[in-house]
Amino acid sequence: MVEPILSVRDLRTQFFGPEGVVRAVDGVDFDVFEGRTLGVVGESGCGKSVTARSILRIVDRPGRVVGGSVMLRKADGSTVDLAGLTEEGMRDIRGPEIALVFQEPMASFSQHYTIGNQIMEGVRLHMGLDKHAARKRAIELLDMVGVPQPSRRIDEYPFQLSGGLRQRVMIAMALACDPRVLIADEPTTALDVTTQAQILDLLRQLQTERGLAIILITHDMGVIAEMAHDVSVMYLGRAVETGSVSDIFDRPQHPYTTALLRSIPTVMAKPRTRLPTIVGSIPHPFDRPAGCAFNPRCADMIAGVCDSAEPPPTNTGARQVRCFLHGGRP
Amino acid sequence: MIAFVTRRLLLGLLTTWLISVLSFAIIQLPPGDFVDAYIAQLASSGSAVSAEEARSLRELYGLGQPFYVQYGKWIARVVVGDFGESMEWRRPVIEVIGDRIWLTLALSFAALIVTWTLALPIGIYSAVRQYSLADYIFTFFGFIGIAVPNFLLALVIMYFAFTLLGASVGGLFSAEMTLAPWGWEKAWDLIKHLPLPAVILALAGTAQLVRIMRANLLDELRKPYVVTARAKGLSEMRTVLKYPVRAALNPFASNLAYQFPQLISGGIIISIVLGLPTVGPLLVKSLVAKDMFLAGTIVLLLGVLTVIGTFISDLVLMWVEPRLRHQLD
Repeated sequence: MVEPILSVRDLRTQFFGPEGVVRAVDGVDFDVFEGRTLGVVGESGCGKSVTARSILRIVDRPGRVVGGSVMLRKADGSTVDLAGLTEEGMRDIRGPEIALVFQEPMASFSQHYTIGNQIMEGVRLHMGLDKHAARKRAIELLDMVGVPQPSRRIDEYPFQLSGGLRQRVMIAMALACDPRVLIADEPTTALDVTTQAQILDLLRQLQTERGLAIILITHDMGVIAEMAHDVSVMYLGRAVETGSVSDIFDRPQHPYTTALLRSIPTVMAKPRTRLPTIVGSIPHPFDRPAGCAFNPRCADMIAGVCDSAEPPPTNTGARQVRCFLHGGRP
Repeated sequence: MIAFVTRRLLLGLLTTWLISVLSFAIIQLPPGDFVDAYIAQLASSGSAVSAEEARSLRELYGLGQPFYVQYGKWIARVVVGDFGESMEWRRPVIEVIGDRIWLTLALSFAALIVTWTLALPIGIYSAVRQYSLADYIFTFFGFIGIAVPNFLLALVIMYFAFTLLGASVGGLFSAEMTLAPWGWEKAWDLIKHLPLPAVILALAGTAQLVRIMRANLLDELRKPYVVTARAKGLSEMRTVLKYPVRAALNPFASNLAYQFPQLISGGIIISIVLGLPTVGPLLVKSLVAKDMFLAGTIVLLLGVLTVIGTFISDLVLMWVEPRLRHQLD
């Protein structure tokens, strides 16, 4: 059996606000393998982005990772728990081991420095290159992600680039120190459909070339189907169903996954029919339902069971699901 | 970009011209022509002006002729550095202002440096450690600095500096140095006297800038690009200083424009309280004594300083804001 490169277990992140504690990530488990893509999917506010930030421990205050483990297998085969590293140790992980690509390429760049400056910064810090060598590498990186005229573009500012180019530069910046895990947090949400396809192609191509492990965060089931090998469906800070994409798309087990898949429009559908939606809306984070968090919106809710106890993770083969319909009933 | 700078320069010149018209209007404000006022003034102090002298003065400034002719004659002299004569001091205005303008600039510059060296780090610290004990303390003193009139603070600080530290307060020179010719000794004397008034002058501005810096930086710290910088593995210190602080510097640059004239006119009361030989108290005295050539010249000077300040501030803004620079091209 192939060892995962990144193994997240029971990750928990909470925000300590003046009105109370929000459990943004509340028990997330998944494995990421070399050369494979794990899709993390869920509605807005389900804790996808916070999960990404929790792995790198860059959650903004008042948020804090409060529990769980993030085991990273290093290139030499040794494993290290990122949750237990010092802040200094963590800095050597960010960039050379795990890198992030963000949702909004405009806001995620500083407008006060050239893209070259922002790419070279990590290269110089982690790879110890001098200015000249770092610049050369930055130009190569820009070329690799398909930025035309990289030696000229390198001296431009982010606001001078188009949205698609900015996202390419963002990917170049993430890959600057040869990370083995790339977390892409809704990398195509802010882009138009054509550019979106180009960026996804680029990610796939880079994965094949470098054996990158990718965590792709999105709310778009279509992107998951196209890109991911494995998928983890999140609801209210919890991974409710995890498994291979083909398994889950063919035979979803958790009612939430089923509902999500049903709400994707298809070209086969009869025109002018209403798309199925999930009843209700995501509960307010302070107002978390007792038992399974999905029970108020669930069609198959078992009264007295789903609203009183939390379903434990149940494994069947490579699939893990948290639902009383599929085991774990008290 | 060059076009922008040229346009700004031309606009600055136009503004300066308008200010000069205004200054001249001020000179002409008192009833009667100012030669009458001049004669009256001199008469009250016991000396007389001959009819001959009065006529030549009227001739010189084209009194009795239309405003634009008078203005033309006045500005033609101003351009070559003749600002007329101070009636109160009975010396050319340029001599009266003389050293004071340089002392004012030295003091203003010192105050500006104090403001920035205090406001920048305190503002950054207060934002990064928001709601910490130190943040509350700085906020408390900041509001005192903003709320209490500066001259009152000046008096209090003077009192403590004198009683506790035995520091020499008031003025910019020791008594024996005031009239001494310029030299190393006098310059050293000035440097020794500069800190106290500079700090007092800087206090209000510092308190304001700390608030501005704190508020701006708090906004910037929440922006996604800060997360990007952290995700690159930069240290927290470097992340904060390189990215959000840089973005928060913008108001410091814009603020520069107001600093220049503010340092002269804003510090008038402080300068009077501290007995500083700067331009501020001179302006007040000249207005009280209806010494119009002197007053007009100082107003002109303040106006020109504002124009220069604005121009420099535009240049600095272009330097700190690449986006602005590129919009112009």
